[in-house]
Amino acid sequence: MATIAPERPRSQKLSEGPKPPGRERDRVFRWVTFAAGVLVLVILALIFVSTVAQSWDWFSTRGLSTVFSSRWSPKVYPVGTPKAGQAVPGTGFGAWALIFGTLYTSLVAIILAVPLSVGIALFTTDVGPRWLRNPVGYIIDLLAVVPSVVFGLWGVFVLATPIRNVYQSIADFFAPIPVLNKVFTGNPLLGTSVMTAGLILAIMITPIITSLTREVLATVPIAQKEGALALGATRWEMIRGAVFPHSRSGIVASVMIGLGRAMGETIAVALVIGAAIRVSPALFSPNNTLAAIIAQNFGEAQGIQRSALIGLGVVLFIITLLVNVMARAVLSRGERRLEAGK
Amino acid sequence: MQPTASQTDIVESVSIDTPSGVENGIHLEVGNPEIFQRDDAARELVFDIEKLKILYSGVVAVADVDLDIAAREVTAFIGPSGCGKTTVLRSLNRMHDTTPGAVVHGKILYHGEDLYGSRIDAAEVRRRIGMVFQKPNPFPKSIFDNVAYGPKINGKKRKDLDDLVEHALTRAALWDEVKDKLKRSALALSGGQQQRLCIARAIAVEPDVILMDEPCSALDPIATARIEDLMAELKREFTIVIVTHNMQQASRVADRTAFFTAELNDAGKRQGILVEYDSTNKIFTQPSDPRTEGYITGRFG
Repeated sequence: MATIAPERPRSQKLSEGPKPPGRERDRVFRWVTFAAGVLVLVILALIFVSTVAQSWDWFSTRGLSTVFSSRWSPKVYPVGTPKAGQAVPGTGFGAWALIFGTLYTSLVAIILAVPLSVGIALFTTDVGPRWLRNPVGYIIDLLAVVPSVVFGLWGVFVLATPIRNVYQSIADFFAPIPVLNKVFTGNPLLGTSVMTAGLILAIMITPIITSLTREVLATVPIAQKEGALALGATRWEMIRGAVFPHSRSGIVASVMIGLGRAMGETIAVALVIGAAIRVSPALFSPNNTLAAIIAQNFGEAQGIQRSALIGLGVVLFIITLLVNVMARAVLSRGERRLEAGK
Repeated sequence: MQPTASQTDIVESVSIDTPSGVENGIHLEVGNPEIFQRDDAARELVFDIEKLKILYSGVVAVADVDLDIAAREVTAFIGPSGCGKTTVLRSLNRMHDTTPGAVVHGKILYHGEDLYGSRIDAAEVRRRIGMVFQKPNPFPKSIFDNVAYGPKINGKKRKDLDDLVEHALTRAALWDEVKDKLKRSALALSGGQQQRLCIARAIAVEPDVILMDEPCSALDPIATARIEDLMAELKREFTIVIVTHNMQQASRVADRTAFFTAELNDAGKRQGILVEYDSTNKIFTQPSDPRTEGYITGRFG
């Protein structure tokens, strides 16, 4: 009978002898994941560097007024003329109105989408009848794969015309109320407007926020929920007392991802926003966003105008970054306060 | 005082039902008048449980449970794993309502009212019958907010919360340790402190009954001793039902003890049953059933 010889004598020192066979594979695994992680940073840095380089003309010739001027009326001399690609005197390249439009449409989208998304997520995790929870979840996940252009076309061909009447009656209702009559109005009042863009964006980002929020809510320990129920909490009190405190940061992160999508959405917004450059709180008027105007104008842009459009991309990139950093800061400040007991 | 007729019945049934106890050479000193007199003198019933049977997705977890639980006593449920003691405990404040597939049959009267009656609100039940869990489960909030949570949802006014929180923490023997860090996260406390916080949180609602599901199983012996001392204090005001794996704990804290075990039923499935329920003293010194005797002396099964 064959005996199995020991791999090495027990007396052998740890530092001598062969390494375990998995050692090599472990090193390969580490390098592959390391490379993948670094690749993200490299790609991001390259995007940033090359877009900044291509838009440098705009930043350097216009300075801070590129960002803080609301005049965007880009006219350049056409190809074949002596000053081809240079700005026609008196035309503006200010991004401020577009930054405003981007933030405003996204804000509308978030205000509409977040309660809806969190509501659907809660329905599928804690509130709805059990047999309905998973089907609703699947359908929401399916909605996330609809291409944005479909929503945009639906918005402009189906939604925009009839919804104008709804806007008109809302505007009539708010007309006598100060402050609010500046918001719920339109000049001109059109179906293609900030509100329609916000609605379309809300429909688009609801599936992703819902889906991510669902995942977060599913991680709330049953012990936490039972802890609240055992104190006589109703379902809503349990959600407020045990579910939200536990999932707050996750929900905010989900919303941030939705917000990023809303700010960066291009085609759907370009179709329904109505393309007007203005800084105005009027919800029912056309406006424009950074991403949408790039799509609308990039095809025929030349010279400084092309440079400016790429620059708008850089501005959008920085705004998205700032919004994310601020959201994280707000969250971690809340957590630190609890740690420190203030 | 002489034993009453019903007590004599118990005595008789004991001697009839357990001939094996005699066979095993166990001398059953049934009918000790002292024990019966103290136990049955004007016990105010909180729970009257009859023919309780609980199923999970059609499978019987525990059946044939008849118990009565008296006010301002500590009642312990002991028995091996899978005997249904936690299942019975959770039926007492309708925690099974949220468990999919759980069905409760039989009758649980709480102060004479059917706990599962159609007009009874489960949240209201749990406001009267609080629960402390096996693993401490403070909310990820401050110590203050943890204790204030119950009073808040019960509509207590904000200005009264400071007093309520201090009172509850004091009664849970935690106030001196945390009074300077009430705004700190409850998760920063030690395991034993967290469990006392959970007890304070339960007390703050001013319940009638506190159910404890192995409250010390995740704690070290010192923290366990503190919780046990606390129970002796709390039973002046509250009725306590505790599930425990630790028989010494049951013998130390409980006035009455119910012994559960798991046996194969007619369908060949393991099912929890209540074997014996009596004063703790009797269960541990002169059990009527050989299965109880076997369990408490370490001969399991």
